[in-house]
Amino acid sequence: MIITKETNIRKDASGKKLIVTRDFDAPVEKVWRAWTESSLLDNWWAPRPWRAQTKSLAFKEGGRWLYAMVGPDGTRMCCRVDFQTIQLQKNFTALSSFCDENGMDTGTAPAMEWKVEFKSAGTATMIMVEISFDSEADLQKIVEMGFKEGFTMALGNLDEILDTELH
Amino acid sequence: MLIIFATIKLQILKKVTRRDVFQAIADPTRRTILNLLIVQSMTPNSLAEHFQSSRQAVSKHVNILVECQLVKQEPQGREIYYHLNTQKMKEVDNWLAPFRKLWEDRFSQLDDVLNNL
Repeated sequence: MIITKETNIRKDASGKKLIVTRDFDAPVEKVWRAWTESSLLDNWWAPRPWRAQTKSLAFKEGGRWLYAMVGPDGTRMCCRVDFQTIQLQKNFTALSSFCDENGMDTGTAPAMEWKVEFKSAGTATMIMVEISFDSEADLQKIVEMGFKEGFTMALGNLDEILDTELH
Repeated sequence: MLIIFATIKLQILKKVTRRDVFQAIADPTRRTILNLLIVQSMTPNSLAEHFQSSRQAVSKHVNILVECQLVKQEPQGREIYYHLNTQKMKEVDNWLAPFRKLWEDRFSQLDDVLNNL
């Protein structure tokens, strides 16, 4: 199998689902561990400079992962992931939402349903993440946020350039 | 996680931006209008014929699209024609970019974790 390590993202025909695929140059046993053990998750789940900090993780059907995203300035955003079904080294489904420090849903953003599939190909693994929303409007809301984030990031970069160029 | 930062910034931005392309395409009638205008430029009358709702209602949707710059209006003789602003439509295409960045960053960190396992 040829590993491209290219991240593909598309919206499915229903308009309520985002599908992300990516190949990894590691056997499924390892990839599965990285997705399901807190000490490993904490090392990759948050995009830098943010980091993920697990409060508790019970990786089992009906179990929950409670974690905080911690920003460089100490800002904390709590998230919870409720695991629904688990098929060892094959797939798992979960419901993800934002919550307060005690795990209570805050309803700040639409809830997302996750399905993560692991496909073994010799020493490599293909990952497919399906993120589903209740409605097209919910996906649209996230899209809108994502777009604005990209826009704001660009503006932030501009600030930086202006700062360094002008001083 | 993108969403996290965005949620905060969205509140700030909402005060600044009254209309944007995503509000424009959030409505099914407005999406239909855009789909019709992809094929050809249209007058208010010819556009209204495609809908069961009143001309005023259609015109209200068109005005929102104009306000968002997705649609341009140009007089041709006595008539006004609505055109699609394809340049602005590209902004809609760009929406995937921050998502891709988030997942690419996250997965390259996962590569590192897997290398050390």
